[in-house]
Amino acid sequence: MKKVFEAPKSLKDNLFHYCPGCGHSIIHRLVAEVIDELGIQERTIGVPPAGCAVLAYNYFDVDTGEAPHGRALAVATGIKRVLADHVVFTYQGDGDIAAIGTAESIHAANRGEKVTAIFVNNGTYGMTGGQMAPTTLPGMGSTTTPGGRDVVRDGAPLDLTQMLAEAKGSVFLERVSVATPKGIRKAKKAIKKAFQVQLDGLGFALVEVLSPCPTNWKMDPVAAYEWTDKEMTKIFPVKVIKDITGYDKD
Amino acid sequence: MGEAAVRAGCRYYFGYPITPQNEVPEYMSGRLLQVGGTFVQAESELASVNMVIGAAMAGARVMTSSSSPGVSLMQEGISYLAGLELPAVIANVVRGGPGLGNIAPAQSDYFQATRGGGHGDYRTIVLAPASCQELCDLTFKAFDLADKYRNPVMIMGDGMMGQMMEPVEFPELIDPADLPAKDWTITGAKDRPSRVILSLLLNPKVLEDHNFKLVRKYDAVTREETDWEEYMLEDARQVVVAYGTAARIAKGAIKRVREMGLKVGLLRPKTLWPFPDKPLKELTRVVRQLLVFEMSAGQMVEDVRLAVEGQAQVHLYGRPGGVIPTPDEVAHQISHYYYQAGLMDKDQPSGRLGGAA
Repeated sequence: MKKVFEAPKSLKDNLFHYCPGCGHSIIHRLVAEVIDELGIQERTIGVPPAGCAVLAYNYFDVDTGEAPHGRALAVATGIKRVLADHVVFTYQGDGDIAAIGTAESIHAANRGEKVTAIFVNNGTYGMTGGQMAPTTLPGMGSTTTPGGRDVVRDGAPLDLTQMLAEAKGSVFLERVSVATPKGIRKAKKAIKKAFQVQLDGLGFALVEVLSPCPTNWKMDPVAAYEWTDKEMTKIFPVKVIKDITGYDKD
Repeated sequence: MGEAAVRAGCRYYFGYPITPQNEVPEYMSGRLLQVGGTFVQAESELASVNMVIGAAMAGARVMTSSSSPGVSLMQEGISYLAGLELPAVIANVVRGGPGLGNIAPAQSDYFQATRGGGHGDYRTIVLAPASCQELCDLTFKAFDLADKYRNPVMIMGDGMMGQMMEPVEFPELIDPADLPAKDWTITGAKDRPSRVILSLLLNPKVLEDHNFKLVRKYDAVTREETDWEEYMLEDARQVVVAYGTAARIAKGAIKRVREMGLKVGLLRPKTLWPFPDKPLKELTRVVRQLLVFEMSAGQMVEDVRLAVEGQAQVHLYGRPGGVIPTPDEVAHQISHYYYQAGLMDKDQPSGRLGGAA
């Protein structure tokens, strides 16, 4: 019988620890498929964050080095500067990349570090139990915003990816969503392109992935996917934010 | 220090400007270009120490340098370096603190350096050079120690040493390609299973095992690497304990009081961690009085007291805030305690230099 579907080679045969309906499992798979398709498993180095994806090394079957919270892009810089012919990617949540690691993110992009960042935006600190993230939407509930995020009291959501567009060294920035099958296909394309940018040595590339967190949003998975698709995209529209790769439009 | 690092095979430097150590990144930015290395001026000390982490994971000899406030920011990374068991060299050209303090030479980061500084159960190997030649030699050695024990090594200098000029003999240049290969680095899973370098060990039993493994390593470092200098100890009745710049000042003071017939020597720790507590304890068999002189309000004095276990009087002459006492001032302290304890010979003329300031 012909095998028509199998697990990516770049994923280990371990069960995901992620909650039911969590977007991480999908995004892990997309990244692993891209690594397979580009044939770069043997020379790829992953840098997982602190956060729910801290255990990413249990899943990605590539060399991985764990970074302190927020510092993934600084660690990735160190690795890539030593191993220039390797492929280095970070996998970071919104708190990691857009709060505690804001400086590291902006400066890595500005230096045009030839690394790929996967930025998972679920609007919450998942691992620590649902506190306000830099990306929590106005009015959205969290364990540290009684009555929902009040932009006067708590500040407005931060669009880090948009900020990175200003950095001269960023080459490709796209926001995608894994809330719909169509979105997942687009997400994979974007991730593949972000790795291609690195392979071609063009500069910094990042894909922001809107991703549901049913557990901390206190929704069932179906509602959480709908909410990601309908509500998150109002503040974080799904689109190419910057593309100076010069690749042909697909 | 920069040239010694390059000669030790260091090809990667990540740093952020801070006085009084800017000569190091400035030198490295040009020198590393010549030898095909990489210099990155990071956006903060937090970033630079994390770039160090990345380069160390990839197997390179790598260093950063900073001064006190910057080294405070690096403590997160140093804890990770220790937990991840990564070799790296961090130089702290210590200045006066706390807070922004000043940019004058000080030794007030002793606790931070020798107690770990960051979170968790770990140790940093801390080397304390007292001359430019030793700064060169210990920098060279620091890379070997870091690789041998897969542990961060700190070089503790101070603003004085940071600005001092002395002739130096350099070791031969090492080609990093000639260094022994490391079998734990993350360099891509080619022809081998993928590797992980991590410090997250959620299972308490596993983390406890890891901690005890580190303890065994630190025990080995203590056994093998504890280093100190003995100066005029043979007949000494009082021993000054001082390191780095303070030890050089103390030597001047000891020469002065020796001329007056006072039998005083110096024990100079060259490693602050591991601390030379055994030789100190040994000394107390014949010496009953120790004077700790440090350019801080009194930090190393605690280690000296622990070392001698009450078997000797331990006095402190601590000058914090970036003040550099003269050899005369230290000589005054030496003679004050010397006479106070009645250590002089019976027929010795009273050549007192005066009391404690």
